[in-house]
Amino acid sequence: MSTVDAEILSTGAGDLRPVERKAGRRVSRYGGRWVPYVFLLPYLALFATFVLAPIVIGLWVSLHVWDFTIPRKPWNGLGNYKDLFDSQSVVGPDFIRSMKATGIFTLFSVPLLVVVPLAVALLMNAKFKGRNLFRAVYFAPYVLGVAVIAVLWRYILDNNIGLLNRYLGAIGLPDDIAWTTSTPAAWFALIGVTVWWTLGFNAVIYLAGLQDIPAELYEAAKIDGAGRWQQFRNVTLPGLRPVLMFVVIITIIASANMFGQSYLITQGQPGNETRTAIYYIAETGLKNFDMGRAAAMSFILTLCLLVLSGLVMLAFRERKGASR
Amino acid sequence: MTPTPLSRRNFLGLSAAVGLAGFAAACGGTSGPPGTQQQEGGGGTFTGTYDGPNVALAFWNGFTGGDGPYMKKLVDQFNKEHPNIKVTMTTIRWQDYYQKVPAAVQSGKGPDVGAAHQDNLATLAARRSIQPLDDLASELKLEENDFIPAVWQGGVYQGKRYGIPLDVHSLAQYWNSDQLSKGGLQKPPASKEEFDQAVSKIKSDAGVAQPFWMPSLWPAHLIFYSLIWQNGGAPYSEDGKTATFNSPEGVAALTWMVDQIKAGTSPRNVAIDTQYNAFKTGRNAGTFDGIWQINDLKTTAPKLKWQMAAVPQIFDKKAVWSNGHNFVLMNQPKPDDNKLQASKVFINYISEKSAEWANAGMIPARNSARQDPSFAKQPQAVVAADVDSFHFLPAVPGIGDVGFQGIEQAVAKATLLQQDPKTALDNSAGVANKLLEDNRKKFGG
Repeated sequence: MSTVDAEILSTGAGDLRPVERKAGRRVSRYGGRWVPYVFLLPYLALFATFVLAPIVIGLWVSLHVWDFTIPRKPWNGLGNYKDLFDSQSVVGPDFIRSMKATGIFTLFSVPLLVVVPLAVALLMNAKFKGRNLFRAVYFAPYVLGVAVIAVLWRYILDNNIGLLNRYLGAIGLPDDIAWTTSTPAAWFALIGVTVWWTLGFNAVIYLAGLQDIPAELYEAAKIDGAGRWQQFRNVTLPGLRPVLMFVVIITIIASANMFGQSYLITQGQPGNETRTAIYYIAETGLKNFDMGRAAAMSFILTLCLLVLSGLVMLAFRERKGASR
Repeated sequence: MTPTPLSRRNFLGLSAAVGLAGFAAACGGTSGPPGTQQQEGGGGTFTGTYDGPNVALAFWNGFTGGDGPYMKKLVDQFNKEHPNIKVTMTTIRWQDYYQKVPAAVQSGKGPDVGAAHQDNLATLAARRSIQPLDDLASELKLEENDFIPAVWQGGVYQGKRYGIPLDVHSLAQYWNSDQLSKGGLQKPPASKEEFDQAVSKIKSDAGVAQPFWMPSLWPAHLIFYSLIWQNGGAPYSEDGKTATFNSPEGVAALTWMVDQIKAGTSPRNVAIDTQYNAFKTGRNAGTFDGIWQINDLKTTAPKLKWQMAAVPQIFDKKAVWSNGHNFVLMNQPKPDDNKLQASKVFINYISEKSAEWANAGMIPARNSARQDPSFAKQPQAVVAADVDSFHFLPAVPGIGDVGFQGIEQAVAKATLLQQDPKTALDNSAGVANKLLEDNRKKFGG
C-alpha cells in the first residue's frame, strides 16, 4: 500500500500523463507493475496456505505409506495408486466399489437436483398468496444438519419399525421394502432424502436467476406471440444459462462428496454397497490412519471431478452463432 | 468393542466433519511423535498420596452411555478428597475417541489419563499413544491373582503392561419378562434346546410372531464371536497372525444366526439398532446385547419389565465375547513428574472404587470386588457368575479394524442374506489376512 500512496503523492493529483507516457500502457495510473499483486497478496496467502500447500503436501503423502502416528513413513512411489486399481489388494475392490457408489448417486441425484428445484423456483417466482410461506417450507430442510435429517429419516425408513413401510402397507403397497439394507431401495432412499434436503438451496439460486431476467424480454416474447412453453425455452432458459451451469457444477461436486447420508442412514449397507468414495476416504485416513492411501484416493476423486466439471463447462459454453 | 449404548450408535456422524478438518492438520506432519523418548513410568516412588503443588489432570474416556454419570461421580468425589489435584473429565464417543487420542497425543495435546478397551491397548501402544506402566502396576500392588487371567494378560503388549484393568463387560441376553411368562417360561433360555423352545412357545402363546430379531450390524459380530468360541473355534489364531473365522466352526456359528432369519424367528434386513429399539417397545421378546445396556434400559424404557442372563449355550461350550475397560497413561511431549504422580494417585483411587463402578452396569475386574456381596445385587451379576466363559480378542495392534473390515462385513452380508455364510466368511478371511499382514509390516510385530 505504501508504494501506491507514494506514487500518487509523487505524481500529484493533477498531472498523471507523464507517468503514463513514460511507462507505457501496461503501467496503471496509480502505480508500478507490482500493485495488482500487492492487492492479491492477502488472498494469495490464504490460497497458498489452505489450498496450494495441502495439495502439495497431500501429493507427497500419497507417495508414502503414511500413518501419522508411526514415525516410519517409507516411500512407496506410486504404490498407493497402484493398490487402488489392483483387484488383489486390500483397498482395490473397496475403492472401486466406493467410486461406483459415488457414481450411481451422482448420476441419479444430479438430474433430479437440477430439474426439481427449477420447477419449484418457477412456482415460487409466480405471484400468489402465501408465497413466502411456500418459499420457507421448501428451504426449511436445508437448514437442518445432516445428523438431524439422517436420524429422522432412519426412523422413517426402517423397514421393520419405520413409518414409511407402515403407510405403504396401509394403502395396499408392499410394506417390506428394506430401504436402508438392500439395493436398489437404499439408493432410492438416499437420493430421495438428499433431494428433499437440498432442493431448497438450488431453488433459491434459481429464484435469484429468474428475478434477474428482465420483464421486458417476456413482454417482447408475448408480443411476438410466444406461448408459455416458448417463453420458457427462449427467454427463461437462455437467461438462466450462467445460473444453470453454476447449479449443475456445484450439484455434481456436492453429490460426488456425499458422505453423511450414507454414513448415518445406511452405514454403507448392504455390504458396503452404499459406502461412497468420501466415506471410504474418511474411513481409510481417519479411522485407519492410512493417510497415504487416503490421499491417493482423494487425488483420483479430484481428478474425476475436474474432468467432469470440464465437460460441463464445455457443454455450457457459448456456441458461436448457434444461439445468438 | 464400543460398550456405550445408543449414543455411540445413533449419532455416528459429525465425527467425520471434525475429522476432515484434522486431516489437513495431520498432513502437515509434526516431525517427531512425543513418544520417542518413552517415559518408563518414572516419577519416583509411589506413596499413594500426592503432596506436590496443585496440578490439573485431563482424563478422557468414552463413557457416553449409562456409565458416564457414575464415572463423573467418582471423579467429583476424587476432586473433593484431593484438593491439590483437579481432574477434568472429557467424554467423547468411543468411536471418535480412538480416532482423536492418537492424533491428540501425536500433536502433544493429549490428556494425562485415559480409559481404553482391552482390545485397543495393543493398537494404542503400537501407535505410541500410551506409555508402559509396569512400575505403576507393582506400585499399586496389583496382584495377578486378583484378576481374571485373560484380563490381566490382555493389558500386556510386547512384554510390557499398558493398562490397569478397571472392569470387564460381555454380551448378554435380555428378555421381555411379560412375554417370557406368557410363553410359560420363568427364565431366559440357557441352551439351544431351551432357546428353540422359548422362541416357539412365545410365538404360539405370547403372540409374538418374530420373538428374536437378528441384527446385521452391531452387535451382530459380537454374537458371532461368542458362537464361534462356543463351537470350539476362534476368530483368529492364538498368535493373532491369521484369520480363522472361516473355519467350519465359524461357518456353523454364522449359519445358526442366518437360520434364525430363514426360520422366521427374526425378520429380514434388521437395520442398525432396530432389534434393540423393537425390544424396548415390546415388538420382539428377546435380544442379545452388551451388559452396558442395563442403565439405558432402566432410563429409556422404564416401564419395560425385563430380565437378563448369560448368552445361551448354542454349541458345545460355554463362551461369550468379552472386553474390558482399562486405565492408560498417555505419552507426553514433556514428562511432568508431578502430573505423573497425581495421575497414579487418581488411577489407584478409581481402581479401588471397583464396586461403585459396578453401578454403571460393569463387572469389576478385581476378583475381590466381584466376590463382594454388594455386587451380587447388580443385574449383571448373573452374567459374571461364569467368568471362565469370557473370551477376549487377541492383543494384536489394529485388530479392531481387521474385525471391522473382515468379520463385521461377512456377518452383515450373511445376515442380510446376500451371501451364504461360507462364501461371506471366506471372502472376509482373505481381506483380514491381508490386513493382518499389512499391520505386521506397519507396526513391526
